[in-house]
Amino acid sequence: MISMYILNAVLVLVILLNMYALGAGRMSSLVRTAAMQGVLLALLPEIALGSRGLMPFAVTAITLGVKGMLIPWLLLRALRNTNVKKEVEPLIGFMPSILLGALVTGTALTLSGILSAPRHPLGLMVMPTAISTLFTGFLLLTARVKAVTQAIGFLILENGIYVFGLLLLAAVPALVELGILLDVFVGIFVISIILHHINRTFDSMDTRSLAALKE
Amino acid sequence: MIYLAAIFVCLVGGAAALVTRSDKSRPLILPVVGAVHFALAINIIWGSPVAPSYGILHIDPPGKIVLLVVSLLFLAISFYAVGYLRYRLSRSNRVLCFCMLMLLGAMTLVICTDHLGVMWIAMEATTLSSAPLVYFNRTRLSLEATWKFLLICSVGIAMALLGSFLIAYSALIRGLTPSMSIPSLIQQAPHLDIVWLRAGFVFLLVGYGTKMGLAPMHTWKPDTYGEAPGMVGAFMSGGLTSCAFLLLIRVQRILAAGGQGPWTRHLLIFMGLLSMLFAAVFMLGQRDIKRLLAYSSVEHMGILALGLGIGGIALIGALLHVINNGLTKGVLFLSAGNIHRAYESKSIPEVSGAIRRLPVSGTLFLLGFIAITGSPPFGPFVSEFMILNGSIARGHYFAAVAFLLLLFIIFLGMGRTVLTAVHGRPSVAARHTPYQDNIWTAAPIVATLLLVLIIGLFIPAPLANVLQQAGTYMGVKP
Repeated sequence: MISMYILNAVLVLVILLNMYALGAGRMSSLVRTAAMQGVLLALLPEIALGSRGLMPFAVTAITLGVKGMLIPWLLLRALRNTNVKKEVEPLIGFMPSILLGALVTGTALTLSGILSAPRHPLGLMVMPTAISTLFTGFLLLTARVKAVTQAIGFLILENGIYVFGLLLLAAVPALVELGILLDVFVGIFVISIILHHINRTFDSMDTRSLAALKE
Repeated sequence: MIYLAAIFVCLVGGAAALVTRSDKSRPLILPVVGAVHFALAINIIWGSPVAPSYGILHIDPPGKIVLLVVSLLFLAISFYAVGYLRYRLSRSNRVLCFCMLMLLGAMTLVICTDHLGVMWIAMEATTLSSAPLVYFNRTRLSLEATWKFLLICSVGIAMALLGSFLIAYSALIRGLTPSMSIPSLIQQAPHLDIVWLRAGFVFLLVGYGTKMGLAPMHTWKPDTYGEAPGMVGAFMSGGLTSCAFLLLIRVQRILAAGGQGPWTRHLLIFMGLLSMLFAAVFMLGQRDIKRLLAYSSVEHMGILALGLGIGGIALIGALLHVINNGLTKGVLFLSAGNIHRAYESKSIPEVSGAIRRLPVSGTLFLLGFIAITGSPPFGPFVSEFMILNGSIARGHYFAAVAFLLLLFIIFLGMGRTVLTAVHGRPSVAARHTPYQDNIWTAAPIVATLLLVLIIGLFIPAPLANVLQQAGTYMGVKP
């Protein structure tokens, strides 16, 4: 039962991090928020399901390393190497973003009884957390201007899918889990290379300058 | 094991491309891998059936058709690449060769697995390995195209992962053991929760539809195909989109087994006609020949979705159209690449008189246009006719009329630009560029066009056999 409390507490923390990400004004704090969320999520299977043998433990350890250290390191390095302002530029303001996020999270929490599988051992909090995190990722992707913020949005979106995947651990073999992680990592790696080129070519990371191609 | 061998040969080729020093000899790796991969593919398609390896590597009959077109197309492109890259020695082709091979490997994995999770991983790998290919020219425009491609497709594909999870969740919520393997999902299908199953399908349709380039998720396509080298455009528009379509076929199969066939069909017909409409509108007055081909790709993805939506004989037509569209897109993009080299431009009025400047490539471009717009005696005519036939036979009269009307508008819109590009006199500037047609850059296109012609005249027995297998698998009554 204790593990259930810890699980729910961590999920609430994940939701709070979503709200923080929506209000974050500095890009480096946004990177750290996404990383902290990734670390919490990587620990969740161990907390919720206890020890399940060597392979799942190895997956947890690798996920921790990639999401907690490797990816933030890549993104922070990309940020350091650019000569642009380090502030997030929102298309939808910080306060309206938080309100929108809170609204969606609240709705998902209210409906959690309908959305969740009956008698699932992980309880009712997983589904609303997944929806809240997915929505946060989407909002960051669409309502922020700079290319790095969009990359972080993608990362948080993936975190949301990961939360949802917790319900399906039985259906997702460890190999597949590692494959997904590898894709996310290579994705962020390719994105950070492209970011470097965008910054060098356009002298800015504002995606509004990427608007030459149109009909 | 044979599936692993087909993927392994791409990885070995990729490693060889990384360690080879010379930009002149590195492209020769491509035809070698292409030939081995093709031999393995023939074995997978027509050899004796193999038991699934590791429980996840297995090919279904529709997969065989896509594997055939992917492997054939890569073989043609690999020979073309040797000639093409000789004109591009000003920059290193290491990343290009490496990523082409990784792309082939990832596509092979998409085709040769029956696990939704592995399919997703491989599909995302195709996005990541094609992004550097789009950026080959290192210009501002190609950078913009790469960023849009990477971001739109990554988000799209994230939706597909969510959709795959939702389908597994539809078993969980009914108290069944969740699974992501397609055979067991088909078995469970009648007991799955309808609401979550449908939600999963919508997410998968949006996700893999983005990768396929169905309207309105097609926005990356004209930019990407417009800025990428012709050989990359050929492989993406002929091979990659076919793989994405294959995933929709597989997911539709699950839904159909769950009694949701009619519901998915309406969605697919709608998306198909919408894509054709978007393509028709944007092709009228399009002056850039590569962007024109990109919209043609949107159109043909629409035709595939329409065929899958209508079902019956139209579904067989759509499967045949996968081959026809894939090969004809190869002809068009490769010859457009040659024209781009010769004119150092890809828009009219700079491009004109291509038949005089490049007798072989210009003629091939024109013939490719005639084939892709569904004129006899080429293959697409046969498959589009089957789709039309199917829609009338199954009572979709509105779809049949809209299909014919849109094909006609597209023929006019595409024809205007293509004819302006190939007829007339080439400009003085274009006569003094170094590029000339040669055996490497022309023969692969001729061979591909011949295959399209053969399918238009008669369907060879081995191919008919595979089509029939796929039809039976998808529940089409003979």
